Amino acid sequence: MNLENIQANLQQADPEFAERTDTRRKALKDFAGFAGKVAITALPFAIGSFFKKAYAGPPPSSVIDVLNFALTLEYLEAEFYKAGIAKGSALIPSAAAMQAIKTIGTHEAQHVTFLRTAITSSGGTPIDLPKFDLSGGSGSGNGPFKDAFTNYQLFLAVAQTLEDTGVRAYKGQAGNLLGTGAVLTAALNIHSVEARHASHIRQMRQKAGFGDAKPWITTRQTGGIGSIVQANYNGEENTVQAGIEIKGINGQDITVSEASEGFDEPLTKEQVVALVTPFFAK
Amino acid sequence: MLNTNMPGTAIDSGEKRQQHSRRKFLTMAGTAGLLTAGLASCQKIGQWFPIPGKDPGDNDVVDLGSGDIGILNYAYTLEQLEAAFYTLVCSNPFNGCTAYERKLFQDIRDHEIAHREFFKNALGSNAIPSLKLDFSSVNFLNRSSVLATAKAFEDLGVSAYNGAGSLIASGDYLLLAGKIVSVEARHAAYIRDLIDYGSFADSTVVDNNGLDTSRKPAEVLPIAKTYIRTKLDASHLPS
Repeated sequence: MNLENIQANLQQADPEFAERTDTRRKALKDFAGFAGKVAITALPFAIGSFFKKAYAGPPPSSVIDVLNFALTLEYLEAEFYKAGIAKGSALIPSAAAMQAIKTIGTHEAQHVTFLRTAITSSGGTPIDLPKFDLSGGSGSGNGPFKDAFTNYQLFLAVAQTLEDTGVRAYKGQAGNLLGTGAVLTAALNIHSVEARHASHIRQMRQKAGFGDAKPWITTRQTGGIGSIVQANYNGEENTVQAGIEIKGINGQDITVSEASEGFDEPLTKEQVVALVTPFFAK
Repeated sequence: MLNTNMPGTAIDSGEKRQQHSRRKFLTMAGTAGLLTAGLASCQKIGQWFPIPGKDPGDNDVVDLGSGDIGILNYAYTLEQLEAAFYTLVCSNPFNGCTAYERKLFQDIRDHEIAHREFFKNALGSNAIPSLKLDFSSVNFLNRSSVLATAKAFEDLGVSAYNGAGSLIASGDYLLLAGKIVSVEARHAAYIRDLIDYGSFADSTVVDNNGLDTSRKPAEVLPIAKTYIRTKLDASHLPS
């Protein structure tokens, strides 16, 4: 995921990319100034017009692909919380917990709207709402999470996993949005909201006595959820960043746990797809 | 390395505990290569002594630099601030700090130290020196004062990384910033929840598109400078 590769990809999708780079840079600069002046609610449209200005047409399909990939994950999260909220106090026991789940669910629905609008106004086609199997049973309705809407502990376990995985998924796509200015910033602004969600869900689990999650991810631990979501956390145990070992760095008392907690790790699109495939009914 | 001024009341009322925590801190600082000779005469916690020839003088201006180096030094600046702040929070736990809270503050401190040291090593000879910091506006023994400062730092950090992303040219550094910003967001949500449980992503930081806040260096540094005594030149940063 380096600059050369991305430029190669862009050039493949858009042969005149290199010739247009200067124009595009100017458009990026113009957009930066423009974005500061428009109301925040208008941003998806602004991104669309930015794309048209930069590319004199739709943006490279690779950028639209990234946005549609993000949209897919947001649909999943939004539908998951919608289904949970619909169960009311039968599933979510306290007013504070319900308020938090509603806050998170609202954000996921807003991300869906935002991404759909951004894709459409950029000349792309947003994917439709997929048919999900929230039990994680690939359409059988009988997957490992089939009790998530009657069992609060399982509900929060799935919520934590979706949020932590969402954070990893956005992180893995950042490089594909290098040089896209406001599009990258919007993706980063969604990414950190997912991390705030993850932190809160983890606190909800800790307070309820479900597992032993801290607000951050320690090595590749699931926070007491177990092997069913282990694959979502594999790789988080990394303690080497850009070739620099963080454990005990410069003589500091930084343990393996702390070194891994201090940096969240990305997942590739392929890894994420493999993890969420059971949630699609096909 | 770092100069901090503690409010007089905090120093007096917490003197005994501070002596203990200072000893603990000295152990840690010793490994960081600080001059122990100077520390013997240290009257106030947080007055850490400079490495000769490396620290900026009071009138020196530290240039953050340009391009990706500039952005990394900008991040290094913010991580120096956060790491020093949480080091003081941990060595002077505020009144009423629970054991669990203390444990998580130690985690946060160590994450920030890890970030700081990472940037220092990644920048190598391009790294700015250790900045002189000033936390005199914080009452470290007062829960509200500490949490309000922590919340301000974490939310500022999240917005700073979000705003810096589009200024980074290298995909590798962009990914690194991404790895760090989500941890800062986890911290921010936790601190916010300590202040007001459920405020982890309220409308003061997340807009009605569900987007977090982003700020450019020119918006971040004036806020951060409240706690930084060293003069910074950010004029060569990408914008």
